[in-house]
Amino acid sequence: MDFLIANFEAVLFYTVALAAVAGGIGVVTLKHPVHAALALLETFVMVAVLFVLRHAEFLAAVQVLVYAGGIMVLYLFAIMLVRFKGMRPDEVFLSGIAPLAILGGVLLGSFVAIGILLGTMATGEGGAAAMRAVGDELPGNTEAVGWVLYTTYLVPFEVVSVVLLVAMIGAIIFGRRDAELSKPGGEVKP
Amino acid sequence: MTFYDLIWLVPVFPLIGAAFNGLVSNRLGLPKTVTHTVALLGAGAAWLWGWAAVVQWMLTEDTHRPYVVEVFSWIQGGELAIYGGRVVPLEVAASFQIDALSAVMLGFVTFVGFLIHLYSVGYMHSESDRAYARFFSYLNLFMFAMLTLVTGSNLPVLFVGWEGVGLCSYLLIGFYFEKDWCAAAGMKAFIVNRIGDFGFLLAIFFAFFYFGTLEFAGLHEAMAAHHGVPAAAATIIGVLLFVGAMGKSAQIPLYVWLPDAMAGPTPVSALIHAATMVTAGVYMVARCNFFYQLSPTAMLTVAVVGGATAVFSATIGLVQNDIKKVLAYSTVSQLGYMFLAAGVGAYIAAIFHVVTHAFFKACLFLGSGSVIHACGGEQDMRKMGGLRKHMPTTFWTFVAATVAIAGIPPLAGFVSKDMILAKAFEAGLTDLNGYGTVYFLLWGLGLAGAALTAFYMFRLVYMTFFGSFRGGEEAEHHLHESPWTMTLPLQVLAVLSIVGGLLIGFPGQLFHLEGWSLIERFMAPVVLGHGEHGHHAVSFALEWGLVVVSVAAAVAGILVARRFYRLDPSFAKPRALAERFPFAYRLLLNKYWVDELYDATVISGTVKGSRLLWEVDARVVDGAVNGAAHSTVGSSFLSGVFDLKVVDGGVNLVARIYDVASRAFRRLQVGYAQGYAMVMVFGAAVLLGVFYLIKL
Amino acid sequence: MISAEPYVALSLVLLCLGLVGVMVRRNFITVLMSLELMFNAVNLNLIAFSFRLGDLAGQILAIFVITVAAAEAAIGLGLIIALVRLRDTVSLDEADLMRS
Repeated sequence: MDFLIANFEAVLFYTVALAAVAGGIGVVTLKHPVHAALALLETFVMVAVLFVLRHAEFLAAVQVLVYAGGIMVLYLFAIMLVRFKGMRPDEVFLSGIAPLAILGGVLLGSFVAIGILLGTMATGEGGAAAMRAVGDELPGNTEAVGWVLYTTYLVPFEVVSVVLLVAMIGAIIFGRRDAELSKPGGEVKP
Repeated sequence: MTFYDLIWLVPVFPLIGAAFNGLVSNRLGLPKTVTHTVALLGAGAAWLWGWAAVVQWMLTEDTHRPYVVEVFSWIQGGELAIYGGRVVPLEVAASFQIDALSAVMLGFVTFVGFLIHLYSVGYMHSESDRAYARFFSYLNLFMFAMLTLVTGSNLPVLFVGWEGVGLCSYLLIGFYFEKDWCAAAGMKAFIVNRIGDFGFLLAIFFAFFYFGTLEFAGLHEAMAAHHGVPAAAATIIGVLLFVGAMGKSAQIPLYVWLPDAMAGPTPVSALIHAATMVTAGVYMVARCNFFYQLSPTAMLTVAVVGGATAVFSATIGLVQNDIKKVLAYSTVSQLGYMFLAAGVGAYIAAIFHVVTHAFFKACLFLGSGSVIHACGGEQDMRKMGGLRKHMPTTFWTFVAATVAIAGIPPLAGFVSKDMILAKAFEAGLTDLNGYGTVYFLLWGLGLAGAALTAFYMFRLVYMTFFGSFRGGEEAEHHLHESPWTMTLPLQVLAVLSIVGGLLIGFPGQLFHLEGWSLIERFMAPVVLGHGEHGHHAVSFALEWGLVVVSVAAAVAGILVARRFYRLDPSFAKPRALAERFPFAYRLLLNKYWVDELYDATVISGTVKGSRLLWEVDARVVDGAVNGAAHSTVGSSFLSGVFDLKVVDGGVNLVARIYDVASRAFRRLQVGYAQGYAMVMVFGAAVLLGVFYLIKL
Repeated sequence: MISAEPYVALSLVLLCLGLVGVMVRRNFITVLMSLELMFNAVNLNLIAFSFRLGDLAGQILAIFVITVAAAEAAIGLGLIIALVRLRDTVSLDEADLMRS
């Protein structure tokens, strides 16, 4: 018990991290899209908790609102809209490339990990020491984020708003029923 | 509150008109009276307010200094590290300024703009109500953009106006979008302009990088002090700005869009593609003269391109038969003169020519519109003739403007063109920047261009208004003079073409009355280092000699045209000439095949290049993957056989790996996006691996 | 206080999971979900280093990433609708009109 209290943050972190990874695995492996979506939701919430642990409270709120709230609903709607017919179990994965794909993912991941380790070695500060948290310095609360966002990063902020606008227009055009994306005559496979 | 404190209202008035006509009138199909009343109110209010502001500003403020009005803070981009390690805040305000240059531009843009709005009321009356509203909405929107362009006090605001006029130009060229070639002409104009705008945008970035400000006043000061910035900066920025001007003002090699732009309604050709928008490039170069003044290379570039364009397009104009095409090439040629002036450091002469050109070229275009209107849409001069009797007002106004552009004293065109030629000659004589010979050559080109101008313009007049009508009996019955809304602007502009030059730019140096040139005195503070050279390098006698030479060139052009097209109604002489030099004739008639050249190189290059890439993707990439799959299958099969026969057992595994791999490759080969994603992942992994191998 | 290392490690794991998901799933919708997973991994990394360096820029970047992710979701789901309408499927391996 004492150990738990003394290392509360570490215990919390590893629990949450495990849950997040479990969610991630669920997204990749669960067969039914709705199940995968629920697993994704779990990961979103766990990541939000991690944000709080890193004192990014505002972002945690945004994460829950936008991701868990907005985007997730969007996905569920999409699943509903396309009248998902339930793929046969053998159709869920691209079985042909799956082994190679997993190999590739693991390979790239381990290479990046090596890179990180090498990098911290190269700086000579010793990996752990270099990455240790800076004491009590709390970089962000909502006010500070807002302040920086609307002064220093105003132009990128405006640009991103344009990106959203463009995405919105694009989504509307794709989604229009009369959209002449139309079936190219004769090329549709029987 | 004064008028000039609210200078930003000048562009806002036409914007309101555009919004009303575009959003309300066009939607509801309101009657034409409502539409053009609103449009005229918008343009008229801009005109009155603009003139009031200019006059009040001249009376109450120091005209040597720009008066800047900040409306709101537009861009706050945080701090940026710029050249020399300085860190400056990126802050741009939506601010407008009034100074001598803006005042001149504001004065004539609002005035000519209003006249052309008035003319359009008559010209467009046969359109449907909604098309009518659309037209006036675009026209008002154009006024908004153009006025923003000339009153903006920094490069970004100017750029907003710059893009705005480009957009309106596109919309108006393609006004009859149901015709394919009109829509295509609009797109051509837009795309060619984009090439230029790219240069302009880069220039803005460079300007901020080197100077840390985008305000004209700040840049002017920085260049005047010229410390801490490499000399190349002025050249880079100057040349890039000029690339922008090449696109907007139709200079070689980006001039190709302007002749095609004649697909738009004629008032548009007059307002946008003759009087105002195409001179935006000249305005911008004059506005940024501080860069050019300190960069001999940039100046020379501007002068050479301008001089070459002036003669090149004049030669094309010699043989065109479409009345608007002749005027279009003439416009390109006159724009060349303006850049020639800017390139010899005579920015005031350039702006002066912009103003006089606006008078006579707008008059010519409107006159041609009146002619086309009377001929029932016919634009081929070979089917005109003898219109003098049928439309007297159009005739005399057209002749007045033609005499003006030909450079006969004392009309407007003579005064400004002679000023440009004199400055070019002076640049040669004083060996400006050490390029004296080149400037002499350019003066010679300018002189040749003057003779050509006189020739093709009088050819146009003789073919259109003299002789007898060649368009058939039936069409002759329809010939009529245009309504007053069309002839009134013609008359006003014709009078200005006659007296406007002397009024605002009296060539005082010819009479030992230097102070009499209003525009020169008024605009002197705009140009960096103006008046530092001391007095004129050209002697009094030489000055008169130059006048005589340039007038002689013009008169020679007129006489040849008269001999070819007036005294001989069958046009036998020019035809004989064309038959004797068939190649030269076809070269000019086909505009040096420049469009075909671009088509064969740039356009089909792009198309073919994309097709090639597609082929590469389809054949080589897929083929390679395919081949890899086949060879692996083959080798795995072979090794499988080999294993069974020779070793079998444990070595079987190798074959199995090959087999699995080949199956994966087979999946790849069918072109799934995810297969490509996987290749990417492996590629990244390999890159990292190689990187580590090198590092360790 | 936990150092940044576990966060980076977790971020890497989530990223690779997402990557594999993008490559192996046949269903367009789950492929997009895997993409979201990758976005989250990136955000986690940004936040960890924002804290480590005491610099808010990381959080700002994360906000932008979230915005872009929202845009991506909108476009991606629009594409799914279009794909279903066009070919009556959500299988990515049947979206092969570009092959000729």
